[in-house]
Amino acid sequence: MSRPPALPGEPAVDDALAAAHGLTRDEFARIRSVLGRMPTYTELGVFSVMWSEHCSYKSSRLHLKMMPAGGARVAQGPGENAGAIDVGDGWLAVFKIESHNHPSFVEPYQGAATGVGGILRDIFTMGARPVASMDSLKFGSFDHPRTRYLLSGVVAGIGGYGNCVGVPTVAGETTFDAAYNSNILVNAFCLGLVRRGELLSARASGVGNPVLYVGSATGRDGIHGASLLASAEFDATSESKRPTVQVGDPFTEKLLIEACLEAATSGAIVAIQDMGAAGLTSSSSEMAARGELGIELDLDRVPLREPGLTPYEILLSESQERMLIVAARGRVGELAAIFAKWDLHAVEIGRITDDRRWRVRAGGKVVADIPVAALTDDAPLYDRPATPPPKPALAPRPAIATAPDARAALRALLGSPNVASKRWIFRQYDSIVQGNTVVGPGSDAGLIRIKGTRRGLALKVDSNPRACAIDPYLGAVATVCEAAINVAAAGARPVGITNCLNYGNPERPEIMWQFVRGVEGIRDAALAFDAPVVSGNVSFYNETEGRAIPPTPTIAMVGLLDDFHQHVGQFFSHPDDLVVIVRSGPPRLAASEYAALFGLQEPALGPLDLARERALADGLVDAAQAGLIRSAHDVSDGGLAVAVAEACFNPEGPLGAELVFAPGIDTACELFGEGRSTVVISASPEGVARLTERFRRAGLEVISAGRVTRAPRLRIGSTIDEDLVELREIYERALPGRIDER
Amino acid sequence: MKWGVVTFPGSLDDRDTLHALREVMGQEAVALWHKDESLGGAKCVVLPGGFSYGDYLRCGAIARFSPIMRSIAQFAGDGGLVMGICNGFQILCEAHLLPGALTRNRSLSFICERVTLRVENSHTPFTRAARQGELLRLPIKHGEGLYVAPEDELRQMEERGQVLLRYVGADGALDEAANPNGSTRAIAGVANQRFNVFGLMPHPEHATEPLLGGTDGLRIFQSIIESAA
Repeated sequence: MSRPPALPGEPAVDDALAAAHGLTRDEFARIRSVLGRMPTYTELGVFSVMWSEHCSYKSSRLHLKMMPAGGARVAQGPGENAGAIDVGDGWLAVFKIESHNHPSFVEPYQGAATGVGGILRDIFTMGARPVASMDSLKFGSFDHPRTRYLLSGVVAGIGGYGNCVGVPTVAGETTFDAAYNSNILVNAFCLGLVRRGELLSARASGVGNPVLYVGSATGRDGIHGASLLASAEFDATSESKRPTVQVGDPFTEKLLIEACLEAATSGAIVAIQDMGAAGLTSSSSEMAARGELGIELDLDRVPLREPGLTPYEILLSESQERMLIVAARGRVGELAAIFAKWDLHAVEIGRITDDRRWRVRAGGKVVADIPVAALTDDAPLYDRPATPPPKPALAPRPAIATAPDARAALRALLGSPNVASKRWIFRQYDSIVQGNTVVGPGSDAGLIRIKGTRRGLALKVDSNPRACAIDPYLGAVATVCEAAINVAAAGARPVGITNCLNYGNPERPEIMWQFVRGVEGIRDAALAFDAPVVSGNVSFYNETEGRAIPPTPTIAMVGLLDDFHQHVGQFFSHPDDLVVIVRSGPPRLAASEYAALFGLQEPALGPLDLARERALADGLVDAAQAGLIRSAHDVSDGGLAVAVAEACFNPEGPLGAELVFAPGIDTACELFGEGRSTVVISASPEGVARLTERFRRAGLEVISAGRVTRAPRLRIGSTIDEDLVELREIYERALPGRIDER
Repeated sequence: MKWGVVTFPGSLDDRDTLHALREVMGQEAVALWHKDESLGGAKCVVLPGGFSYGDYLRCGAIARFSPIMRSIAQFAGDGGLVMGICNGFQILCEAHLLPGALTRNRSLSFICERVTLRVENSHTPFTRAARQGELLRLPIKHGEGLYVAPEDELRQMEERGQVLLRYVGADGALDEAANPNGSTRAIAGVANQRFNVFGLMPHPEHATEPLLGGTDGLRIFQSIIESAA
């Protein structure tokens, strides 16, 4: 086999070097066969990142196709940098969620910050102005020595970046569980708005069109972030991978947003893509692949932070805040002037060709010459074996006598970090910049208005790893349902989903089985709500020393309100309003916060009736539009008693509630169970009569539970009678109390 | 009246201020660019919130050298009305158009929340539409809002009535727990001696619409409109 000459200082390409790059023997053989020769060192690096799990989705591609991605509102499905949904009045909502798990574990501040930066670029590269962010965070238990450090670093990183670029964080979720002690999850969501017809694409076209490099100069940071950090398990050497984490510069990102959006209106951009994972390599090859064209790059023209970067380093750098643009011929000067206005580089570094090859020159020599398809569409695709694990033996359920009384249980739940107020976290995020935030963090769903219209978008991110650990299919279904009911409770119709699928090592059949079942669950639930999955991200290899995280599909739901003035808040607002509970079925203790806190083991989740879940969402939206509901709060972690308490915690001053239940029910399960969609609603007496009739007609269970009181006390049956000011103190103090513990 | 809102590289609330002025209040407002020297005939110039130049050095330390700041200093010297919000306040302090300085919050972290402010001097161009002692609910969102100044300067500022806004509890009383960033004397907003330059950490532009944070911010803008009339 012929071997191209090596550049000075380059190691010889052989089996051992390929293995060190994370390529299997078969993959290395395939590279040699595609090229008909030995790859250069530079080419080996390029293949290793483009064929990494992170870039190629080689284990997941086959299965992702089964998710519903079409529909009347879909303006852009999967395949571009982000998906887009038509939300009316000429606007498209462009959104995506992405993981930055391993970088955030290795270097929490920069890992989380660049996670935010990356997802922002996926949005404005579509021509959309980023208008809202959310985050889904999973940390280990507070007993673990690293948890406080990781929590503080991640939150500061998200705030440090997001606040500085001026995109509000309007909602989020944070979970603490020992299962994430050695592999935290940081999933970042962003949504942008663009006028219909002004969506940009990452599909190259026009042979001879110039290729423009814009944004920050290229440095040595982040090399092999995609292949070695994101696509491998953690072990004792992971700390040494810190140099593979990129460093963020949010100020440059802010300039890049403004410059790119200004450039988008010029009409001189043919295609544009963020230099994210695998940097210049992925952006150039993927744009060429989508257009079924070739591309030529001259690395001598790439702006560098320091002299002496090799072609290998330039191509694999994941330096942040860079974009690649295919410009219309003859309009480079016009684009360069816009970027100069914002003090940013804009340099012509190549052109589009018709030979479908990805050809790179440096120092006058060709250092890489690869068929575009080999890096993209023809990357390895695996149908990995997927088999369920043997049923785990469950400890017998402890005698009910060991469970605490309802009063103590409620206090313990409100003080659990998973249930307690996340104010310590979201207070560090700018939630109001851009002036669209109607409902910010601390409620079920965030809500922004679309300026110049009456429309509103409700946003929520959810996950349910405890349920997914028991049943990866039902857990995924439940996660979609919860996200949908959350936006519906605000009065918004679920219209689109983006997901981040966090799993362990896909080379293990039981992990692959979890993944496939998760995708099937999302598919079925998304179909039930007519909410297409327009974008997403897969994060495998979330395990350390052979122990995987619980399956964690994270669902971000976008809901649409025709008129944001009709939105419904989660807090009780009027004394003497009636309280009703509407649900798709009775709760269960399986996978509940109560079960986790008090060590109960329930063998199975209950089935979910998707038709009823859909009816509940529809009923909530209709009732909001008819103005029948004063408040609606989704029951989640901690169950009904916690949800009612939360509904009383009105920031304008706490109200109380008096609820009465029929005797003879399993109290712990009714009060603290979870699992089926349940909503606590307050309404005027006239409203309640009409609501009850509508929901019952839709086959839902409606329980007339009680009323809102002016006195801030929570009374539930004969078991709970608590001062809400005290409960709120427990709820608000829990997180800062644990963080300040030393 | 005609307003000017400056955009520095890294300004964030410039667009929000323009929106509040134009769409909510029906005012004429022009966007001003940091590299220009023209103030576009504005009667009041607003320096908006954000992170000018990333605030990597010290908040406002670089922005004060922008070409437009020369024009603003001259405009202020001629008695023109200038208001700096958040990062704008920091820039005005760096430019010595206002006394004192803004440093890291006591908690060392960024804080975004709604606070209660008391109007300490309602006889100024920036507060005349409010009552003396009136309470305003406005949002803050900053990491460096702890106001400091030398003790004798503070005493003189107080005597002259240059402290326009203070952080207070919901009942209007001074309360250290209600001082979000640890500012000296709970100071949230100050004017210069001539009362034509005003800086404040809270964001009045984010409190101009009922469903989006209330309308207390209108008091400040209405005051300026009345003053310029």
